[in-house]
Amino acid sequence: MHKKYKNKNITMAHGSGGKASSDLIKDIFVNTFDNDYLSTMEDQARFNIPAGQIALTTDSYVVNPIFFKGGDIGKLAVTGTVNDLAMSGAKPLYLTCGLILEEGLPIETLDKIIQSMQKTAEEAGVKIVCGDTKVVEKGSADQIFINTAGVGVIDKGVEIHSYQAKIGDKIIVNGFIGDHGATIMQSRAELGISADIESDCQVLNHLVGKMLSVSNNIHSMRDATRGGVVTVLNEIAQDSKVCICIAENSVPVRVPTRGVCEILGLDPLYLANEGTLVCVIQSEDAEAVLAIMRQTKAGKDACIIGEVVEGPEGVVSLNTLFGGTKIIDKLVGDQLPRIC
Amino acid sequence: MKYVDEFRNPEQAKKILKEIEILCTQIELAEDRPIQIMEVCGGHTHSIFRYGLNQLLPKKLDFVHGPGCPVCVLPRSVIDNCILIAQHDDVIFTTFGDAMRVPGSDKSLLDLKAEGADIRMVYSPLDALTIAKKNPKKRVVFFGLGFETTMPSTALSVMQAKKEGINNFYLFCNHITIIPTIKAVLDSPGMRIDGFLGPGHVSLIIGTQPYRFIADDYHKPLVAAGFEPLDILQSVWMILKQLKNGEAKIENQYARLVDDAGNTSALNPIAEVFELRDFFEWRGLGSINHSGVKINEKYGAFDAEVAFNLKEVTITDPDVCQCGEVLKGILKPWQCKVFGKECTPETPLGALMVSTEGACSAQYSYGQNIDLINKK
Repeated sequence: MHKKYKNKNITMAHGSGGKASSDLIKDIFVNTFDNDYLSTMEDQARFNIPAGQIALTTDSYVVNPIFFKGGDIGKLAVTGTVNDLAMSGAKPLYLTCGLILEEGLPIETLDKIIQSMQKTAEEAGVKIVCGDTKVVEKGSADQIFINTAGVGVIDKGVEIHSYQAKIGDKIIVNGFIGDHGATIMQSRAELGISADIESDCQVLNHLVGKMLSVSNNIHSMRDATRGGVVTVLNEIAQDSKVCICIAENSVPVRVPTRGVCEILGLDPLYLANEGTLVCVIQSEDAEAVLAIMRQTKAGKDACIIGEVVEGPEGVVSLNTLFGGTKIIDKLVGDQLPRIC
Repeated sequence: MKYVDEFRNPEQAKKILKEIEILCTQIELAEDRPIQIMEVCGGHTHSIFRYGLNQLLPKKLDFVHGPGCPVCVLPRSVIDNCILIAQHDDVIFTTFGDAMRVPGSDKSLLDLKAEGADIRMVYSPLDALTIAKKNPKKRVVFFGLGFETTMPSTALSVMQAKKEGINNFYLFCNHITIIPTIKAVLDSPGMRIDGFLGPGHVSLIIGTQPYRFIADDYHKPLVAAGFEPLDILQSVWMILKQLKNGEAKIENQYARLVDDAGNTSALNPIAEVFELRDFFEWRGLGSINHSGVKINEKYGAFDAEVAFNLKEVTITDPDVCQCGEVLKGILKPWQCKVFGKECTPETPLGALMVSTEGACSAQYSYGQNIDLINKK
C-alpha cells in the first residue's frame, strides 16, 4: 500500500468521483487486482466468452465481524460468488467488485480486504475486472459492504439442477459442516465463548471440476451457506418433489463446533458454511466421485450423509443416533441461542 | 465428545427401551388411556424431539409437554413493557436470544430492533453489566427471565452492580418459580398426569426436597432428570417402576449434578435480591399466586419497573387459544382448534408455538409427516 494512506481513513471525498476517488481506485484496486481488463479504466470490462452456456450470479456480503478466523469479508466475497457459479458446474471466469464503504474506515483495512479478494481470486483462477466504490456517512453502513457478480461458462452436457434428485440418489457433503457459523457466533464478543474453530471459507470450483471429470450424473448441487445443510436439502427435496433422508451419525461435525452448538443450544445442520457443498448424485457414481473428492484439500473429508428415498414429497427427515426419526424443516428465522 | 457421548449411547438406549416396553405392559390404569408423563421443563421437550425419543417409546406412553419453557409462558403484557422500555433513546436493552422473537400485542423485540432500537442479545446478565460499564451515558436494562435456573446469575449481576456502584444498570425481572406452577397443574380440573420428569437444572438450584408435596399430597412420582437422551429414558424407566409398584416417591436421576439439598451458593443470592410477587400472569395458564419474583426493596434502585414507571397490565390470550388444555395434558397440540391453521411458528397465537421448546412449535416442526415416513 502507498505510504500516503498510512493511518488515513476513508472520507466522503473518496466516493465523490474526484481526484481522491480516482487515486484510491488506481492505488488500491487497479494495482492489486492487476489485470488488463481493469487497467483500461473504461466504464465497463470487455471480454470474449468461450462457447457454452453462460452462468451469471450476484451476492452481497455484510458479515460482522469483517475479519474472522479462517477468512474475512473480502475472501468471502470471492468464494461465495465463485461457489455459486461452480454449483451449476460452470467454470467461473470474471468477477465484479462493488463496494459500499462507511466513512471513517481505515484505508489500511480496506487494502487488507482487497488483497484478500485478489489472493482468493487467484486461487479460484478468476479475474476481478470491474468495480464501483461508494462512500456513505458514518453510521449509514457497517464499515464495508461488498457486492460481487460473477460470470462463468457451463460445458456442453453438464446439467445440474435442483429439480433432478431421484429416488436412490446419494447425498454427499465435502467435509465438516457448521464451522463458519460457529466461528462467527463465537467471535461475536458479547457471547464470550472461545473455541478452536475456523471458518471453512474456501473456493470449490476446482473440487467441482474434479467431480465432473468422473461423473455425468451429478443431479443437484448447492453450497450450504445461510440456513446450512438442512435448508439446501429442503430446497432440493421441494424442487425435485422427493423425500430425502439423512443419518445423524454420518454427518461430519468437528468436536469444537459441536461444543459451541451444545453450549448455545444450536444445531450444526442449520449453521452457515462458506466452503461446503451438498451434492445429490446417482448412486452408482457415488464412490468414484467420493474417491476423487478425497484427493483434494476441499474434499478430503467428503462423505455420504444420506439418500433420496420413497416418502412424502418435499420432506427431509433425519434418523437420529437413537434410531428415532424426525422431520428437519427450514427455520422460520435465525437460530437464536437458548436460555437454559 | 467426552461427558456427552456417553449419555447418547444407542446400545444402552435399546436396553432401557426394552425394559420400558415391558414395564408399560405391566401397568394398569383405572381409565383406558395411555400412561401420561409430564416433562415439566422445555429443555426436556427439546431433547425428546431432537433425539426422536417420542418415536421410540411404546404407544402406551405419552409425553405431556409441561409449562417449563420460560419463553413460552411470557404474557404479552410483559413483552409490551419490554417494548416500552426499549423505545427510550437512552436505553440499551439486553436479553437472551430466544426472548427476542416472542410476540407482544403489537410486535416482538426483533421487530423493534429492526425499527432501530438498541436491543442486544447476551448470553449472561453479566454481559449486560459489562455493556453498562462501557456505556455510562446509557441506561442498560437486562430483561431477566427463566425459572430458578437463571435466577442466581441475574441476582449475582444485580449484587455486583450494587457493589461496584454501577448506577446505569437495571433489571426488568420476570423470573418465575416452578413449584407453584406444578401445583397449579396438579390442581387443575381434568388433570391426567401419572408422573413427572422433574426439571434437571431447576433441581440443581433448589434440590429435590421442594417436590415432596407431589408425592405426599398428590401421590404422583417425580424423578429429577438430566437432559441427555439416556438421562430421559432412565428417568422414564424410574417413573414407570414406581407406577408399577403403586409407589409415589421423589427420586433423583441427575445425581451427578443435583444435590437433594440444593445449591446454597446459588440459593443465597436469590434470597438476597428477590422476593415473591403476589401473583404472576402466565401465558396459557393464567394468574398463579406466588409464582414469580421481583427485586426487593434493598436493591430497588436497580428495578426497571420502578425506574421506568411500568404498570401491570393484563392482556389475556386470544379466546381461540387452547394452550392451557395442552399444558395440562388434556389436549395434544394437534387437537387444538387453531394448531397449524391460524397458529404456526411464523405467526404464533399462543404460548406454545412461540419458542422451539414449546410443545406446539416442536410438534409443528418435527412431528408433521412423521407417520408417513414411518409407514414406508
